[in-house]
Amino acid sequence: MSPSRFRFALFLTALVALLLGGPAAAQSLNVDIVGGLKTATPITVVPFAQNGGAPLPTDVAAVITNDFNRSGKFRVLPKSDIVEFPTKGAEIKFPTWKLLKQDYITVGRISDAGGGMLRVEYELWDVNKQQSLLAQAFTAPAGDLRGVAHQIADQIYEKITGVRGAFWTRIAYITSVGLGNNMTYSLIVADSDGFNPQVVARSKEALLTPRWSPDGRKIAYVSFESGNSAIYVQDITTGSRQLVEAHPKGVNGSPAWSPDGTKLAVALSYVGNLELFVLDLQTRKETQLTHNLAIDTEAVWAPDGQSIYFTSDRSGQPQVYQIPAAGGTAQRISFHGQRNAAPAISYDGKQLAMVEGQGNVYRIAVMDLGLGGQVRFLSPGPLDESPSFAPNASMLLYAATEGRRDVLYAVSADGLVRQRLELSDGDVRDPSWGPYRQR
Amino acid sequence: MNKTVRVALIALMCVGAAACSKKQEVKPAPPAPAPEVAQTEAPPPSNKYTPEDLDTDACLRQRVVYFDFDKSEIKPEFQQIMACHAKYLQDRPMAHVRLEGNTDERGTREYNLGLGERRGNAVADALQANGASASEMEVISYGKERPVCREHNEDCWSKNRRVNIVYTAK
Repeated sequence: MSPSRFRFALFLTALVALLLGGPAAAQSLNVDIVGGLKTATPITVVPFAQNGGAPLPTDVAAVITNDFNRSGKFRVLPKSDIVEFPTKGAEIKFPTWKLLKQDYITVGRISDAGGGMLRVEYELWDVNKQQSLLAQAFTAPAGDLRGVAHQIADQIYEKITGVRGAFWTRIAYITSVGLGNNMTYSLIVADSDGFNPQVVARSKEALLTPRWSPDGRKIAYVSFESGNSAIYVQDITTGSRQLVEAHPKGVNGSPAWSPDGTKLAVALSYVGNLELFVLDLQTRKETQLTHNLAIDTEAVWAPDGQSIYFTSDRSGQPQVYQIPAAGGTAQRISFHGQRNAAPAISYDGKQLAMVEGQGNVYRIAVMDLGLGGQVRFLSPGPLDESPSFAPNASMLLYAATEGRRDVLYAVSADGLVRQRLELSDGDVRDPSWGPYRQR
Repeated sequence: MNKTVRVALIALMCVGAAACSKKQEVKPAPPAPAPEVAQTEAPPPSNKYTPEDLDTDACLRQRVVYFDFDKSEIKPEFQQIMACHAKYLQDRPMAHVRLEGNTDERGTREYNLGLGERRGNAVADALQANGASASEMEVISYGKERPVCREHNEDCWSKNRRVNIVYTAK
């Protein structure tokens, strides 16, 4: 337990002991708080009341609580410390929540809306001002309660932080199960917290580099199912897919969607060694962007579509470069650390995440492009990779190795809160955070 | 199969059998990285390799080339392996190899696809420099997707940084 977490726990223990005259239950959330959370906003999410009906498959308040805790922006009062259970604003006794040093409180209730639908109502209140900030209702089937919970979390997040929430989003990743010749690789799409995993593609050969189209409808990825690497674009709703790059000679890798969704940057080596190309998905025309003897790969488009960041070892070691999307001269971007690769860019183009290798330690680093290339580390290593920003850049996903297993982590953009996503029995890797969803 | 070909094949098999019996005392190749090949004598240039030699010849049985970290240069200890496989490919114009490039787990996935390919190309170049024809080989890179060892240490990494020479036609 880190000193700050320990202090926080001590504080809670003392507080609850004061209120209840007994010891606090141990905090059992699977959230690794790695530093101080002085800036995190204290908020209470009271368990939502249910007015009759069958038991619900989802604890809505628990989903919201988990979203908030892993965001790093909020510190949610542990459920065991909740002493009163208001279900609407009129029932909130503000002095209680003031005493618990809460800034905000969320209450809610779920009722039968008929026709197999549920009505979920919630309110957000400012504890100090005793003022209602939000009062909204959703109607949804029981099977979509998690989705409703994430949308509530998004609305509250935006109301308090001023930044659009990204909890109601999806992620894609690759799993592999089995050994030797009995491996099964799967491309999975799941909710941002890892729930509701759905298999999009399955293969006996390696799958890698899933990338969401900007509209969230398709995923481009690399598959070795035909023997060599090939790039496919698959519609995740219909399952229909297109083979878009399959040169028999060399690597067909590293797909990256242009922000308008009309092009893919790809890395192809049929020309002799890995070079970047831009593929127009409509005309199928390939335009070669780089021309040298180095490895050029791992492209990602700047949000304005004008340039492409990528990995190249033209200087002897892999480093991150930037090249105009229409072609031109590449400029080196990364100078901190021995090796830098696999760039990812935030929606506003201000932050560049990458894998920085120093000796045998590979960590996720974020470079502030606006602050003279200042670099901060978000992960401890030693074999972390595949950083991917949430669409609001509040968090990142990355892949890590623990013992013999590959696992995924979600980390807040400030690096202070890290959570391992419990996803699969086998190895999990290559995460990619999808765009905002359309209601 | 016509008679001429059959006779020629039988003749070749006889040569192969003779070559095998000559090399009975040669120990099987060690599977570990950086195998010692010094004690293996290269076959005399007049003797043509046969498919059986792939199973029996101490040099030809070595089908893995290992590399240093982030490097694709063929190390001196593998030059002899390059020479015997090149000779085989020269002796057997219908033979075909797939050169499978691999890397250790360090570094990013797509970059390692490039690095594995570079290693495969280095082996292809070395085979051609020793007389094999480019049409007899193809290079495929698996990057770090096909490790033979999954420990996180140099011993294991050194086993994964490799090119497998796979005969798809003998």
